[in-house]
Amino acid sequence: MADIKREYALNALLALGLLLVPIWALYNGAPFTITLFTRIAILALAGIGLNIALGLGGMVSFGHAVYFGLGGYVAGILAQHAFNGAPILGLPGTNQMLIIWPVAMVLSGLLAAVIGAFSLRTSGIFFIMITLAFAQMVYYFAVSWPAYGGEDGLPIYVRNQFPGLNTMRPFELFIVCWGVLMLALGVFALIRASRFGAALMAIRQNPDRVASLGINPFGVKLAAFVISGMITGLAGALMADLSRFASPAAMAWTMSGELIVIIILGGTGRLFGPVAGAAFLVGFEVFFGGLTEHWKLWLGLVLLAAVLFNRGGIVALIAGRERLG
Amino acid sequence: MAEPVLTLTDLHKSFGALKATDGVSLTLNPGEIHALIGPNGAGKSTLIGQISGRVLPDAGTITFRGHDITRLDVAQRARLGLGRSFQISSLIPDYSARRNVMLALQARQGHSFRFLMPVMRDRGLRDRADAILDRVGLRGRASVPSAELSHGERRLLEIAVALALEPACFLLDEPMAGMGAEGVGALVTFLRDLKTEAPILLVEHDMDAVFALADRLSVLVYGQVIATGTVDEIRNDPRVREAYLGEEA
Amino acid sequence: MTAALLFEQFLNGLQFGLMLFLMSAGLTLVFGVMGLINLAHGSLFMIGAFFCAAAAGLTGNFWLGLAAGMAAAAAAGALIEMTVLRRLYSRDHLDQVLATYALILILSEGTKILFGPFPLYLDVPPLLTGTVNLGLTEYPLYRLALIGFGLLVAVGLWFLIARTRLGVRIRAGENDREMIAALGVNIRALYTVVFALGAGLAGMAGALVGAVQSVQVGMGEPVLILAFVVIVIGGIGSIRGAMVGALMVGIIDTMGRFLLPRIFATFMEVNQASGVGAALASMLIYLLMALVLVIKPKGLFPIHG
Repeated sequence: MADIKREYALNALLALGLLLVPIWALYNGAPFTITLFTRIAILALAGIGLNIALGLGGMVSFGHAVYFGLGGYVAGILAQHAFNGAPILGLPGTNQMLIIWPVAMVLSGLLAAVIGAFSLRTSGIFFIMITLAFAQMVYYFAVSWPAYGGEDGLPIYVRNQFPGLNTMRPFELFIVCWGVLMLALGVFALIRASRFGAALMAIRQNPDRVASLGINPFGVKLAAFVISGMITGLAGALMADLSRFASPAAMAWTMSGELIVIIILGGTGRLFGPVAGAAFLVGFEVFFGGLTEHWKLWLGLVLLAAVLFNRGGIVALIAGRERLG
Repeated sequence: MAEPVLTLTDLHKSFGALKATDGVSLTLNPGEIHALIGPNGAGKSTLIGQISGRVLPDAGTITFRGHDITRLDVAQRARLGLGRSFQISSLIPDYSARRNVMLALQARQGHSFRFLMPVMRDRGLRDRADAILDRVGLRGRASVPSAELSHGERRLLEIAVALALEPACFLLDEPMAGMGAEGVGALVTFLRDLKTEAPILLVEHDMDAVFALADRLSVLVYGQVIATGTVDEIRNDPRVREAYLGEEA
Repeated sequence: MTAALLFEQFLNGLQFGLMLFLMSAGLTLVFGVMGLINLAHGSLFMIGAFFCAAAAGLTGNFWLGLAAGMAAAAAAGALIEMTVLRRLYSRDHLDQVLATYALILILSEGTKILFGPFPLYLDVPPLLTGTVNLGLTEYPLYRLALIGFGLLVAVGLWFLIARTRLGVRIRAGENDREMIAALGVNIRALYTVVFALGAGLAGMAGALVGAVQSVQVGMGEPVLILAFVVIVIGGIGSIRGAMVGALMVGIIDTMGRFLLPRIFATFMEVNQASGVGAALASMLIYLLMALVLVIKPKGLFPIHG
């Protein structure tokens, strides 16, 4: 039981630390720190999406950047149409986050449904390569489609708006992202504890057994994959607003790799795993990136050591391995 | 006599040149234990695979409670009421014994697409799982992860999971494998009681248990059923004696 | 559009496909024999290109460079197999993905440290400069040589696997690992040799391609992902599948990029057609992969069941 208490304590520390440092930064004139923590929150959110597919369902998607990038393009494209007044598919554009988010989530979910329908016919190593390949397909499409910036990406001149807040101020944008992150953590916790989560985690461990109980593993996995894509897509929309830029680079395979790294370093399937992982990754980049231009070499070495010697990530390091009642 | 619950008609399955199932027909009637025996390599696993839906037959039909299930997948057959246990214990390793049974109960109810209510706080589901664990004698081990249960306990949990499905027939694949004499004795008593709830197709190597339990026996050799009958009929069947004793001598 | 242009594009596709085969062959062997998914295979391609460019620059001899590139890639392959990958064979695919992703970071930064941040350039060897008349069209001699080279290596690889003792062991390793260990084959050494062989082929591809594009960090990963598409189409573990898949991907991709914009231009405005055509052409091989998956989920030439 001590383990569970330690995990709760760690979770509380992460959730509050993520909030309190930017508040401190607000009063000490450190907008860069606020932006950094906004990035952590958004990457953690993207990681939560992947954590549903990978952590709970055991689906090693090496193409989750595609939803991250798509969410960004939704934010960018709708903002551009709102900016120049041209309709898109007969509808006006918008600069309201509360409209952009659902659109980003629905489109990411649809894309995940299509990609999942193909890739979930396979498993293991095939699944990894196929998700990577499909993401790459969309990436190349985005790069070679000239209407929305192609290789150059799509700038967002004025950040999209959230009612009652001025999103151009770093702290107010941060609060939006932090709030969405907390909501997503709640959704993740609910899913994990639900009947659906019970079936999903069981399928990860023994799909044949679950099928013999009368639950079709394909349907459960596909549903989880779609939810997963939707959350990562939402994160992408927020990231585009943070950087004021919808970039094809957000869809690149390196981003997919980063998302996996976030989850594994944090703790696969753990509630706050993506938060710990994102904080570690961004912190590592800022700290070692300031020391040497070759910080990625050190990241690689740390990652390699983490895979070879430690199992279970940061959360497990502090709170031990998980037990499911 | 009542309609059979499960009917196999002229099933064929080959892997390359090997005829693993070569024209098998058999029935499982309400209230009976029908044991399927045969030497190693006779094709029992392939046959079980075809009944459960993991292996598709090349030809022939499988009828279950009036439905042609020959082309249905594993999950669809399970939902129609085909409950099975696995030869090698196949549970959810990280899940406790209770959670393993709860998952089966949830599958039985068909409510796996519920996202909001925490399943462990579902008292109804929990109590029913505990009642089933009680019935197989695992109540005291309810919160132990199934990976940490002993071999015999895992065999019992397999049965508990099958029970939770309230199936219309049980397909038990070597439930006694690796159990001590005491465990086998208890299980024999338990299964004799169970068959009144739903008929059992029993694949088993422990011949004493089979002879003690089976209402009917079918002997599978080289993919063919060479004899079907009561225990006494099978014991005295010359073909069976030849196949078995010839094999073992 | 002339027959000459079409023929030239076909040859380009063939050449691209054969280079992809060099990459895919090693990747698919390593999976087939060791059950390992190796993301760092693209880094070995890069290492081959860098060492070739550097050695050719130093000695002024392309062929010495090619030998250096292959040797460096094979040595790097053997080294990472012995130090890292060996520990991953029994791990799940997720650990393999993560560790080899880490290797990409390490090898890419290591290459930057060793060779500097700027691209290197590798000249086509004097022997193979200029063009050759193929009747329909003038075609660059070097590219034609790449086709010949790729075919030669394919034949050599077939011979190695079908006709030599090492090949027998590799095939045995694909079918039953315990069996060959029981037969007294030193499985550790076999794995290192197979890995070095695959790495050497990737290095060779990198070195050869290095003369027609710039040699830079990150050049390996796009090729790696295409190689994944190739072996998903061909069937994981199958050399024959890698060959068929590589040729399909090479030719369809090249022809698609050439033809689609022209086809769209017949009923669209030229400017728009080139955009739409290019975007769709970039998706063609992935659509091909999806199609193969629907029809044959384990690829065209599955070896495991």
